Amino acid sequence: MKGTALVTAAPNFSAPHIEYGQLAPMLLVFGVAVLGVLIEAFVGRDWRRAVQVPLAYLGLGGALAWTIYLGVDRASIEGRTLWDHAPNFKAAAMGSVAVDAPTYFLQGTILVFALVSLLLIAERGHDAFTPQAAAVPGSDAEQESMAAGSEHTEVFPLMMFAVGGMLLFPASNDLLTMFVALEVLSLPLYLLCGLARRRRLLSQEAAVKYFLLGAFSSAFFLYGVALLYGFAGSVRLSDIANEIGKQSGSEPLLLAGVALLSVGLLFKLGAVPFHSWKPDVYQGAPTPITALMASCTLVSAFGAILRVFYVGLENLRWDWRPMMWAVAIITMVAGAVIAITQTDVKRLLAYSSVAHAGFLLLGVIATSKAGLSATLFYLAAYGFTTIGAFAIVMMVRDSGGEAGHLSRWAGLGKRSPAIAGIFAFFLLAFAGIPLTSGFTGKFAVFQAAVEGGATPLVIVGVLSSAIAAFFYVRVIVVMFFSDPEPDAPAVVVGRTAATAVALGLAATVVLGVLPQPMLDLAGQAATQLFVR
Amino acid sequence: MSPAHYLVLSMILFTIGGVGVLIRRNAIVVFMCIELMLNATNLAFVTFSRMHGELDGQVIAFFVMVVAAAEVVVGLAIIMTIFRSRRSSSVDDANLLKY
Repeated sequence: MKGTALVTAAPNFSAPHIEYGQLAPMLLVFGVAVLGVLIEAFVGRDWRRAVQVPLAYLGLGGALAWTIYLGVDRASIEGRTLWDHAPNFKAAAMGSVAVDAPTYFLQGTILVFALVSLLLIAERGHDAFTPQAAAVPGSDAEQESMAAGSEHTEVFPLMMFAVGGMLLFPASNDLLTMFVALEVLSLPLYLLCGLARRRRLLSQEAAVKYFLLGAFSSAFFLYGVALLYGFAGSVRLSDIANEIGKQSGSEPLLLAGVALLSVGLLFKLGAVPFHSWKPDVYQGAPTPITALMASCTLVSAFGAILRVFYVGLENLRWDWRPMMWAVAIITMVAGAVIAITQTDVKRLLAYSSVAHAGFLLLGVIATSKAGLSATLFYLAAYGFTTIGAFAIVMMVRDSGGEAGHLSRWAGLGKRSPAIAGIFAFFLLAFAGIPLTSGFTGKFAVFQAAVEGGATPLVIVGVLSSAIAAFFYVRVIVVMFFSDPEPDAPAVVVGRTAATAVALGLAATVVLGVLPQPMLDLAGQAATQLFVR
Repeated sequence: MSPAHYLVLSMILFTIGGVGVLIRRNAIVVFMCIELMLNATNLAFVTFSRMHGELDGQVIAFFVMVVAAAEVVVGLAIIMTIFRSRRSSSVDDANLLKY
């Protein structure tokens, strides 16, 4: 029996070698998160916010600076231009974390989006978060805590934990690390979703739905990991790839494992048929958190799915491609078609995010360098636009908080043309009108898909873009060509939210008009594909 | 006994858990079914570990237990909160967000 060998085999234990320098951005973010928890415990209530907010900025900013330094440093060691003939990246932390060029790009993108989202989360005076999550909505306790002006500064450490998990998720080189990262990023987000100040029942409902469905999908992910472990005898992506290369690739364990693993990953992206959480959660969650999820989580989840399918399952692509074709087609079409009937702005943006996930899947299906670089560029472009759009949703307010219903946005263009104009521009970028970043991103992804032989998918993509353009334009028509109601919502522009909108607008314009530097950067990040 | 039997058991447990999530109404019971799925996964990991004659799978099972414990903390907190505001933990009652 092999089993008896397990008990007696006690190899000499040697301490694992950890490359702290390469992992520093993640360690810094996690360190700041832990420090934030300690601050909650030891710093007085009046001072917490004054400590937490700068700490969060410093942590994310420091991690971003370090990521950029690592990326530039790697290139200069080899005496070459940035990532040209990529130097020897190797997996860090005993092969568990792959720190390679695409990882640097994805982590840098996530950190930039997290910083911009932090501008929204930390905005003073908007009060997106409930003063006392434990108080029952409408109770005296809630009134008291609101009158006392208390607030949950736990939001900041929770956000840092989520961002730390997001940084690790696309970098994980084995499926166990990926699972742990998935949970580290999801668990704080479940909590953050339930913390909205207004419409608290909706917010709590969103948290419950997100939690139950998220846990359900991660159970599928994990069973997929178990089956792949049974197939390959290892959860390391490169080992799985080697094992697939050796065998015919028709093993039931392998195929079932890939299917279950894909369920977990596609759920995080919100691809149809695993999208039903997305509109509910985006609508119910506090809008700054929605912005964080719509940008950072999407980047992180796409990073992970790219790594799994490019590194682990590339040899199996003739088996998973038909399935991904089907998912991409229904995601693009269903996202665009269902969005037409929406009447809530956040829900509409959620369905638009579903449709965009479908476009991004084209880059995954391409399994080529062009596909990888196009996806990286699209993620960077889409994230900026979506944060800007949600920042504007935060600004349009009436007595009941944010005016989410589309009918309340009627005539916004007459009352505050600047904000309505910027929102219209973001919508046009979502629709992929030329001279916006959305056009460049879509063009790059479609081009990569055509080169990869997926022309029918591109035709579906273009058609569903046309359908999507209809409802984006409908919102613009409502804003500019109808008269405002007498009690129409006011536009309250906070300083930090305005900064976030400005950054989103600048990125959308620059990546649309002068996309070449960013395309080059994404292309260089993709020259090496992923480390094995 | 062949280890394959344990795999079959783990698949049965996973299926029971999955069906339970889909048909039960109480959020706590739904959550218990998810935990059952995770435990079925642990059984599969340990069985494969024995079949391959290495310890990795057993170590993974420990990781899964820790993650599941963290998930319980977050999950029960969320379900408690919604129970306090709605006086109900039925997943059918939470129906404000739709379409």
